[in-house]
Amino acid sequence: MKIKQYHMLVIGASAGGLNALAVVLGRLPGSFPVPVLVVQHQGGGNDSEYLALLLDSMTALRVKEARPGEVPLPGSVYISPAGYHLQLELSGKLSLSVDLPVNFSIPSIDVLFDTAADALGASLVALVLTGASSDGSKGLKNIKSRGGLTLVQSPQTAEAPQMPEYAIANTRPDFIVPLQDIGALLCRIFLVEAVNGGRQSGDCL
Amino acid sequence: MDTQSREAFEIKWLLEAIYACYGYDFRDYAGASLKRRILNRLELSDCRHISDMVSKMLYDSDFFELFLQDMSITVTEMFRDPYVFLQLRERVIPRLKTYSRINIWHAGCATGEEVYSLAILLHEEGLLEKTRIYATDFNNHSLEIARKGIYSQDLAKYQDNYLLGGGKKALSEYYQYNYDAVIMKAFLRKRITFAYHNLTRDQVFAEMHLIMCRNVLIYFNQALQNKVLNLLINSLVHKGFLVLGDKETLEFTSMTHQFDDFEPRAKIYRKTAALPKANQDED
Ligand SMILES: C[S@@+](CC[C@H](N)C(=O)[O-])C[C@H]1O[C@@H](n2cnc3c(N)ncnc32)[C@H](O)[C@@H]1O
Repeated sequence: MKIKQYHMLVIGASAGGLNALAVVLGRLPGSFPVPVLVVQHQGGGNDSEYLALLLDSMTALRVKEARPGEVPLPGSVYISPAGYHLQLELSGKLSLSVDLPVNFSIPSIDVLFDTAADALGASLVALVLTGASSDGSKGLKNIKSRGGLTLVQSPQTAEAPQMPEYAIANTRPDFIVPLQDIGALLCRIFLVEAVNGGRQSGDCL
Repeated sequence: MDTQSREAFEIKWLLEAIYACYGYDFRDYAGASLKRRILNRLELSDCRHISDMVSKMLYDSDFFELFLQDMSITVTEMFRDPYVFLQLRERVIPRLKTYSRINIWHAGCATGEEVYSLAILLHEEGLLEKTRIYATDFNNHSLEIARKGIYSQDLAKYQDNYLLGGGKKALSEYYQYNYDAVIMKAFLRKRITFAYHNLTRDQVFAEMHLIMCRNVLIYFNQALQNKVLNLLINSLVHKGFLVLGDKETLEFTSMTHQFDDFEPRAKIYRKTAALPKANQDED
């Protein structure tokens, strides 16, 4: 693997995402050197607040709902609020948008990926997790074409394989990784020690 | 020059053309959603590049109207975030009751669902008759729908939110069926003045007791947010209330000292007693 500085990790997840996020984020240490932005599709209501609280209790990282105008910090995870697109502005700040759905979704993974690609180009690492949607594959391709690093959960290990399958078909990602190994790989990419143990994908929430 | 810098340059150019030609200033709107809307319009148009849209914009005012619609895509609901309406009912209304006449400004009202929600709440609390609501937006098309109070969708789906917001009846008591549509009852419409107002360039509204400005500031960059917040605070009476969108916050603006957190979870702020000189815009 070439040694390169990456400045941010962006993650897209849909059906089955809570468990997958818990497994992945559970391996990352509190000293993780970059901010993590997450779009998890939701079914309306305020479940993103709950999701942030739940994930916060399951990882060494600080997990919170994203707020507009906030500068994302290393070691923190920002979850898209339900009903808003999460975007990264060129200024490096987070922004939210009440808008039409993209790929039938608000928040949309493509929106996060495209705006992050505009802001950070090649210094971005992007990950597509489980889901029954085609969201994220266009954005992932965009990130790859700008020189960013692209990871996809292997469909066999996904609760809903469609989203990883679309992403793989569309992009030829740099890594296709079983859920269990994604956290460790991210730690190698960002040059930190993985947290041992952590959640197993079979654990119930 | 790479594609991205080229695009950024074209967008800047387009916004300058719109400003010069039509007086609408989108130059301080937050870039990410602005770009998405421009690219959507590009796709729907017969233009190849954003720069092709510039000349079309200059010579074809219909094309500008389309763009204006894109820029004010209205996604709104009745009693959206019911907790906010519950807090308005339980904590703000008792304080408004002390005034003999009440002025409310609803800035960025879109198609009006939220204003009617507020009017219903005021009615149930016995305040509607002494209240004047000014509901403004810069999208005349949306204002037209709001003014008529006619909605093609069935509003019954908002019944749950209405109840969660402290509603005590059936929402359907407030509208009538009219063929495929529903129309808000006249006594609600009568208390609302719908008017065109562009937050980026128009004046203050004087002596407001409550301003609702939800999910509008999120489209602006920090400098424009500060400027508009100044306009809002100057429109409020001493200890007046400001309600922002559920995920919006004053935390990252220059206005934190001029407002107290009245009900943080509902994003209800209150103008502080002492007003320091307005901060300069930053960003
Ligand atoms: C997402 S809607 C908010 C509707 C409602 N307040 C809610 O939260 O459900 C945003 C509204 O802001 C309006 N808007 C955007 N820029 C504006 C400006 N400069 N002046 C006045 N209204 C503006 C748009 O036309 C649109 O109707």
